[in-house]
Amino acid sequence: MAWFTARGWAPHPHQLAMLARAKTPALMLIAPTGGGKTLAGFLPFLVDLAENPAAGLHTLYISPLKALAADMRRNLMAPISDMGLNIRVEDRSGDTPASRKKRQRADPPHILLTTPESLALLLSYEDAPRIFAGLKRVVVDELHALAESKRGDQLMLGLTRLAAMCPGMTRVGLSATVEDPPALARYFHAPGCDILTADPGPAPHIEMLHTNTPPPWSGGGGRYAIPEVLEQVKRHKTTLIFHNTRAQAEIFFHNLWLANEDALPVAIHHGSLARASREKVEAAMVAGQLRAIVCTGSLDLGLDWGDVDLVIQVGAPKNVKRLVQRIGRANHRYNAPSKALLLPANRWEVIECHAAIEAALAHDLDGDPRGPGPRDVLCQHILITACAAPFDGDRLFHEVTRAGPYSALSKEAFNACLDFVATGGYALRAYDRWQRLLQRPDGLWQLRDPRAAQRIRMNIGTIQDSDTLKVRMKGGRGGKPLGEVEESFAASLVAGDTFLIGGQIVRFEGLREMEVLVSKDRGRKPKVAVFMGSKFSTSTQLSARILDMLQRSPLPDLPAHTAEWIRLQASVSQLPRAGRVLVESFPYEGQAHTCVYGFAGKNAMQTLGLLLTRRMEDCGLGPLGFVATDYACLIWSVDPIPDPAALLTQQGLLEGLDGWLAQNALMKRAFRASATIAGLIERNLPGKRSTGRQATFSSDILYDTLRKYDPDHLLLNITREEAMQGLIGFARIQDMLTRTHGKVDHVILDRVPPFAAPLFLEVGKVPVEGAGAEKLLTAQANRLMAAAGLS
Amino acid sequence: MIRHDFIFAGIDLAVLSTGALWWPAVRTLCVSDLHLGKSERIARLGGTMLPPYESHETLARLEGDILATGAQTVICLGDSFDDLPASENLDDTSTLWLARLMAGRRWVWIEGNHDPGPVEFGGTHLAELHAPPLSFRHIARASAAGEISGHYHPKARLSVRGRTLSRPCLLYDSDRVIMPAYGTYTGGLRSDDATLSHLMRPEAVAVMLGPEPRAIPMPRAPSQG
Repeated sequence: MAWFTARGWAPHPHQLAMLARAKTPALMLIAPTGGGKTLAGFLPFLVDLAENPAAGLHTLYISPLKALAADMRRNLMAPISDMGLNIRVEDRSGDTPASRKKRQRADPPHILLTTPESLALLLSYEDAPRIFAGLKRVVVDELHALAESKRGDQLMLGLTRLAAMCPGMTRVGLSATVEDPPALARYFHAPGCDILTADPGPAPHIEMLHTNTPPPWSGGGGRYAIPEVLEQVKRHKTTLIFHNTRAQAEIFFHNLWLANEDALPVAIHHGSLARASREKVEAAMVAGQLRAIVCTGSLDLGLDWGDVDLVIQVGAPKNVKRLVQRIGRANHRYNAPSKALLLPANRWEVIECHAAIEAALAHDLDGDPRGPGPRDVLCQHILITACAAPFDGDRLFHEVTRAGPYSALSKEAFNACLDFVATGGYALRAYDRWQRLLQRPDGLWQLRDPRAAQRIRMNIGTIQDSDTLKVRMKGGRGGKPLGEVEESFAASLVAGDTFLIGGQIVRFEGLREMEVLVSKDRGRKPKVAVFMGSKFSTSTQLSARILDMLQRSPLPDLPAHTAEWIRLQASVSQLPRAGRVLVESFPYEGQAHTCVYGFAGKNAMQTLGLLLTRRMEDCGLGPLGFVATDYACLIWSVDPIPDPAALLTQQGLLEGLDGWLAQNALMKRAFRASATIAGLIERNLPGKRSTGRQATFSSDILYDTLRKYDPDHLLLNITREEAMQGLIGFARIQDMLTRTHGKVDHVILDRVPPFAAPLFLEVGKVPVEGAGAEKLLTAQANRLMAAAGLS
Repeated sequence: MIRHDFIFAGIDLAVLSTGALWWPAVRTLCVSDLHLGKSERIARLGGTMLPPYESHETLARLEGDILATGAQTVICLGDSFDDLPASENLDDTSTLWLARLMAGRRWVWIEGNHDPGPVEFGGTHLAELHAPPLSFRHIARASAAGEISGHYHPKARLSVRGRTLSRPCLLYDSDRVIMPAYGTYTGGLRSDDATLSHLMRPEAVAVMLGPEPRAIPMPRAPSQG
C-alpha cells in the first residue's frame, strides 16, 4: 500500500477486495476497460512474494496478445523495483529467443507472462510437472475475449492440467463488462466461482455523429462523412476511428488522407499490416504523436494506447458488447466518462446505430450463449497430454470435465476423440501398425513413436491463419514488406491492378516465391479494393431491439430522412415484426422479386438465400440470383413465389441443407480448420510451402473422400456442428423459424417497396448457377484458344 | 465417354475427364502418378493418419476407365505406388482389386522416382516403353520428341469473371505430353512454374480436367525482361 501512497494514488476498492480474497481458489473480476484490473490481479502476488520469498514459478499470467504480456512485464517492473523486491518477471511467446525459452524451462522466473498457445506448448514437455512445481496463482487477462474463441477452450483445458499438477493453485480471471457474468464464471471454473464487480464508473457519452449529407442507401465505410470526422479529430486530442473490416478501414483512411488539408498526423492500424508498421503506429500513439488512428478490431484489446479522448465507430457496431468495450478505449482514466460517436454507413445502419446506443445506455449487452467445448480442441489436448507423458484414459476424462466448456462432455464423446487421436477413428481400421497412440499393457496410452512429439508441438494452437501472402515493394534485394493479403485475392490479381494496403495505392507487378510484388502507384483511385476481414453478423439481441423499435409508436427520435423512409414503408407495405416473417413480392425490370425480412444476421441470411433458391429451382420457379444483408434477403427469379410460407418450413430447409451444405465451400473451410486443430492436417509451416508442391494436396480432397467413404466420421460431425453455428449460421435460421412459428405475412406489390430498395444497391450479389460455372468456363476457354490461334 | 481429342506426333489421342490418356488405335490406356498407398506411407513415416480410402477411390476410377474404353493394354506411367513398401502394405481389398483389373490384359509398370524397382504385381516392369512414334517415361527429357511423361502433376489456373478455377491438366505441344496425376491424394504444380514453362513450347496447350476436359493456351510464367 505504501507504494500506492508514495505515488499519490489510492487503490480502487476492487483492488483491495482482491487482496482480501487472495486465498479464494477461483475468482473473477469484472471491471470496465481502464479499471486497473490487471494490477488488481497481481497485488496479492506481490504481497505474498514480498512476505514469503521462494525460488521457482509463483504466478502465471496469460493474455491473448503477445504484446500485452511484454507490456505487462514493463508495467510490473516499476512497482517491483520501487519496492526493492528481488523478483524475476519474464515473458514468453513465439517471439522469445530459443535460448531464453530453454533457460525458462530449466529455471523458471517467479512470474511468467505468456499466451494460451505458449502455455499449451509448455504443458506438452516431459518436464512440465517440474516447470510448474510450486505454482500458486494463475491470472487470465481479457477472459471475455478468450472465451469467444477456441483459444479460450484450449486454455481452460490447460488449466485443468495445471490444477492437477499444482493442487494449491488459485486462479483469477479478469474480464471487461460482459452480458452474463455467471456464465463466464462457469466457463472459467466449473461449476462457478466468486465474482467481484468493480464500479462501472460514469455512464459513457454516446451519440450519433450528425452529418450534413444524409448517409447513402447502401454500402459501408462512411466516406460521406469525412468532413465531419475530420472536424471531430481537430477538436480532440486523439481519436480512434473503428471500422468493421480491414478493407473499409483502408478505403476510409485513403479518403481521410486526401481530405486532410491541415496534414494532421493520422495513421492506420489493422491485423494485415506488417508487424513493423503496426509497432511504429503503436509507439507513436503511446507517445501522443497521433491525432487519429483508423483501425479495426486489432485495437480492441490492449493496454493504455495513449491519451484517447474520442472513439468513432464507423458502420453499425453489429454487437452491443463490442461497442461498449470499444467505447472504453476513450478516456482510459477510470473516473472520466468515455466519449463516443457512432457513424452509420447507410440508412439501415441509422436504425441499427440508434438501437445500439439505446442498448449500450441501458447496459443491455448481447452475446450468443456458448455451445459445449469444441471436440477438435479436445483432440489436440489429448495429443498434447500424450506428448508430456503416458496417460490414463479415465483419469484424463475426469480431468477435462473439470473445465467449464467440457463439464457436460460424455464418456462416449471423449472416447470417440481418444479413438480418433489413437487410430484415426476410421470405419476401415487401416492403421493397426501405425497408430499414433498405443495402449500399453498397464492400460496407459502413449505415443507409438516418441519422435512424433516434435511434429505435434509444431502444430499446437487453435488460431487459423487463412492462407496469406506477404506483400512487398518490388526492388533490388527484397523491398519493404507492407503487409499481407489473402491468397485467393492475390490469385485474382492481374499485372497492373491497383489496390490499397497500409493506406497507400500499390500496383500489382507479379508473384515471386509466394510473395506479392508491388510498386507505388500515383493514381488516386484504386481499381481493386477488396480483401477479406472479419465479417460480423448483427447479434440476435440487437436484431430483436431493431424489430421492437420499428413497432414503437411514436417512432424513436431518428434523423428526418430515416424517419420518413420508415413511415413510407409502413404506408406502402408493412413494417417487419418480431413474431412474423415479412415477405414482399413485386416485379422489377421484368423479373419477379421476393424480399424476405428474416433479421437473422448476414451469414444466416446468406444461407437462407442459398436454401430458398435451391428449393425454388426444385419447384421450377427459375431463380436467377439473390443478395443478403443482416436483415433481409432479396431473390430474383423468372416466376414469382406463389406461397412463401410453404418454402419457409424448417423441414424443407433442412432437407435442402443436407444436399447443398456438403458441397459448400464454407463447409470445406470449416473442415480444414477443425482437421488442422484436431491434428489430421499439419499446418503449412513457413518455408515448407515453396518446396515439394506436387506432394501437398488440398484438404478439400480429404473432405470429399471422407464424405464418400466414411460419412459418420468424427471430423465430419465436428465440421457440421461448427458450420451450423458459424459461417453457415443455420442455428439462427432455426431461431427465426421458431420465433415466428411459421407465420408469414406475404405482401404483393406492383413496385419496389422502400425497405427493399437499398438491397438493389448491395454488393455481393450471388448468381444462381447449376451448370453455370461450366458454361462460363467453356466460353472463356474458346475465346482464349481463338485469340491464341490454337483452335 | 467424355473426352478431349487431339493429335500428337501424328497419332489420334484423347484425354478422359479423369485424367487418363487413351490411344484408340492400339486400345491402350495410360495413367500416371497413381500414388497408391499414400495414406499408409504418410502414417508409417510418422505423419498423420489420413482417411485410408484413396487407393479404393483411385482404383474405382481406373476400373471405370478400363470398362468404358475396353482397354487391352494399360500403362502406369510411374509413381504408381507412393513407395515400394506401400506396394507391399497395400490393403487386401486393393490388392485383389488390382489383380482383377490386370487379368486378361497387358499391363506395363513404368518406374517412377517413388517406385524405382519391381513390384509384386505381375505385368511388365520397364524403365521406359518405346512404342514408335511414342515413348513413355516417368520424367520428361528436355531433348525428347514423341514423349509421354508424368511426374509434375501439372495444374492450370483460369480466371473467369473474377473467379479463379484451378484444376489438374494435361499439357501438350509438338514434342511432348505431360500427364496430370491420376491418384486421389495428389496436389499439383502450376503450369506457370518456371520448370514447366521451360519444358513446354510457347504454343503449348493445357487441357483442364473437370466434368468436361477443356483446352486453353498453357498459362505460363511471365517472360523475364
